[in-house]
Amino acid sequence: MTTAATTTLAVPGAAATFDAGALEHLIGAAPLPDWATQRRREAFAALAGSGLPDRRSENWMRTDLRLFRREAWGLRPRPAAGAVAPAGLLAAAIAGGAGTDADGTAAATGPLGGRLVTLDGHPLQEELDPELARRGVRFGSAESLLPEIGHLLRDHWCTVIDPAADHFAALHAAFHRASAVLHVPRGVTIAEPLHVLAAIGDGGVDTSHVLVVLDDGAEATLLTETAGGGAAGSAGGFHCGATEIVVGRGAFLRMVNLQNWNTGVWHFARQRALVHENGRLQWTLGALGSRLSHVAQDVALVGRNASAQVNGVMFTEGRQQLVYNTLQHHQAPACRSDLLYKGALQDRSRLVWRGMIKVDKAAQKTDGYQRNDNLMLSAQARADSIPGLEIEADDVRCTHGATSGRVDTDQIFYAQARGLSADEAARLVVAGFFQQVFDRITIPPVRDALARAIGSRIRRLS
Amino acid sequence: MAVETGTDRLVVRGLHVAVEGLEILKGVDLEIGRGEVHALMGPNGSGKSTLGYAIMGHPGYEVTAGTVELVDGDGRRHDLLAMEPDQRARAGVFLAFQRPMAIPGVRLADFLRHAVTNVRNPQRREGEELMAMREFRGELKAKMAELSMDPDFARRYVNDGFSGGEMKRAEILQLAMLRPRFAILDETDSGLDADAVRLASESIARIGGAEMGILIITHHEQLLEHNTPLRTHVMLGGRIVESGGAELAAELHKRGYERIRASYPEAAAAERDLGDRQAAAAAV
Ligand SMILES: Nc1ncnc2c1ncn2[C@@H]1O[C@H](COP(=O)(O)OP(=O)(O)OP(=O)(O)O)[C@@H](O)[C@H]1O
Ligand SMILES: [Mg+2]
Repeated sequence: MTTAATTTLAVPGAAATFDAGALEHLIGAAPLPDWATQRRREAFAALAGSGLPDRRSENWMRTDLRLFRREAWGLRPRPAAGAVAPAGLLAAAIAGGAGTDADGTAAATGPLGGRLVTLDGHPLQEELDPELARRGVRFGSAESLLPEIGHLLRDHWCTVIDPAADHFAALHAAFHRASAVLHVPRGVTIAEPLHVLAAIGDGGVDTSHVLVVLDDGAEATLLTETAGGGAAGSAGGFHCGATEIVVGRGAFLRMVNLQNWNTGVWHFARQRALVHENGRLQWTLGALGSRLSHVAQDVALVGRNASAQVNGVMFTEGRQQLVYNTLQHHQAPACRSDLLYKGALQDRSRLVWRGMIKVDKAAQKTDGYQRNDNLMLSAQARADSIPGLEIEADDVRCTHGATSGRVDTDQIFYAQARGLSADEAARLVVAGFFQQVFDRITIPPVRDALARAIGSRIRRLS
Repeated sequence: MAVETGTDRLVVRGLHVAVEGLEILKGVDLEIGRGEVHALMGPNGSGKSTLGYAIMGHPGYEVTAGTVELVDGDGRRHDLLAMEPDQRARAGVFLAFQRPMAIPGVRLADFLRHAVTNVRNPQRREGEELMAMREFRGELKAKMAELSMDPDFARRYVNDGFSGGEMKRAEILQLAMLRPRFAILDETDSGLDADAVRLASESIARIGGAEMGILIITHHEQLLEHNTPLRTHVMLGGRIVESGGAELAAELHKRGYERIRASYPEAAAAERDLGDRQAAAAAV
């Protein structure tokens, strides 16, 4: 594995807010191809004409932005002096080596195929296995790759998502920086996972973008995670990001987004995948951190016989508030989508999931499923599950379900009667609750990292 | 009660237990020595399971008076009521549940590995090393073979979707793995088919031996076939009203509880009274 030179992009005299001056500084400091710069400017125009989303809109009505001050945030000219990127959970699990399956079979973790680490919007580390590079794989920061292979990505970059969808989408499209790009050419399959860690320091800002393009027949695993920022009550942090995924015909992508910011960070993310004919996507979202999260996760099945499995693992505590709007959009016939979100809530935290399966007229023989299960670990926590179906085709099978429950004191007693302490029992019960979704995640270190992180957060039930 | 000095004993004295404010046990006395088999019988609702829960420490069963102690052979006493349920388990007490709880997503093998580690190493704190996987699996496999259980069964989630009989067999497996000093088997025979009851009866005899004091709560005779009770106790209206030998169990199986109710009118009245109170509470 080779290490590319560490890049530090200084934006001289960067303004503190996301205004026109800041945009020009960014354009000057991190030059992209003209078409990309043009898209920044267009997004900035959309941003200037929009206000913060208000609670009358269906997507935002359960998101409390009253304490959010947009003018308090802006791009940082450089990482804070002496700042180091916090170790990511996935990074630690991968480095930790073999994971262990529940039934004891060792699950080997191969080496990484590549890694990108950014801090406060600046790439710190970019690596790609030279063998993968030789096979035509491109992976790294947008600043280093767009000038080189921009022509390849121009059709996708900031087009899979709608940059004008709302205020945050526009802000992101205008001010994205330290973004990650993965391009896997036709028929190339990568066994080793690639890893992206986007980190910030206390009060830091991250506007990174992730673009993944798998050409026809390609296969890859991309693990992305976020970490750092300040805890609740400190300077916190701000993330305004987007993820765009294109899975080509017959291609297979395993994608993981793990959000593990500290509890003072505002997190706004828009994520969308297009899956083409016979393509397969396994997409896992883990959410443990942030003060407030608002995430739109869309999957569009655009070619016949495409399939997507969406897994969500959420754990909230304190006064965290996480809001997810998911869309499974069936645009072509004979596609399958299967979404399972599981959340456990501690303290006074709040989790909202609003899911939609949309089936176009053309999408006959659709098989769509969505389910959200929540486990309440405290009487003060609150979860809302709002499934929805919008079906225009007539030959489809679409089902949805949602459950919400508490840890049963009889379960805890039963385990205690066998010698497990109450805390150990609670952790086991919660781990069991998530097992069903862990069973679907075919990447052992991801499972292990999530299970361990959740286990360490569970306190005595209240 | 004549108990050899030098053996460990589980001693229950004057135990009163209330559930949701309603008194269910009204002064229970019971003493079981290690190596002894006792049978506990009594009509439905008389309080047998309540006794098991109270000894194990279920938080919903409030002990309002009385003591439950483990007395070591050398005379040292351990107050079970002062312990959390898991400490009681680690002290060597086991309850096979009449209705075991399901823990979805947790494999029986993983659950048992935690249980066995803690019970064999009572000082263990959470997070400390579990029993070595190889050793544990070897032992589990051997025990399952002895109980004619399919080894794949341990991969299933604890009591999740188990049939009635499977649950009881899983309880016996746990008993075999944990080898407690004292075991309360609450209707471990119910739900088992004829062959399985015979196997359970033999297995319990083998697991128990001289090492274990066993209280068998049952409405049937088969479990006692290979586990002849030293003493048989009859519970009625929250009290043990009569104790005898194995012949008492045989009599109750044959004739039912008519004689008992007639002989102990006060306990029979307590039984009716509890029923009335529950009916009244349900009507509110
Ligand atoms: N958790 C509970 N909540 C309400 N009532 C309870 C509870 N547990 C026990 N009781 C009541 O206490 C009484 C004794 O119940 P228990 O389960 O101990 O009876 P039992 O002798 O084991 O009966 P069975 O032979 O049917 O198993 C019953 O009237 C029962 O309804
Ligand atoms: Mg009972």
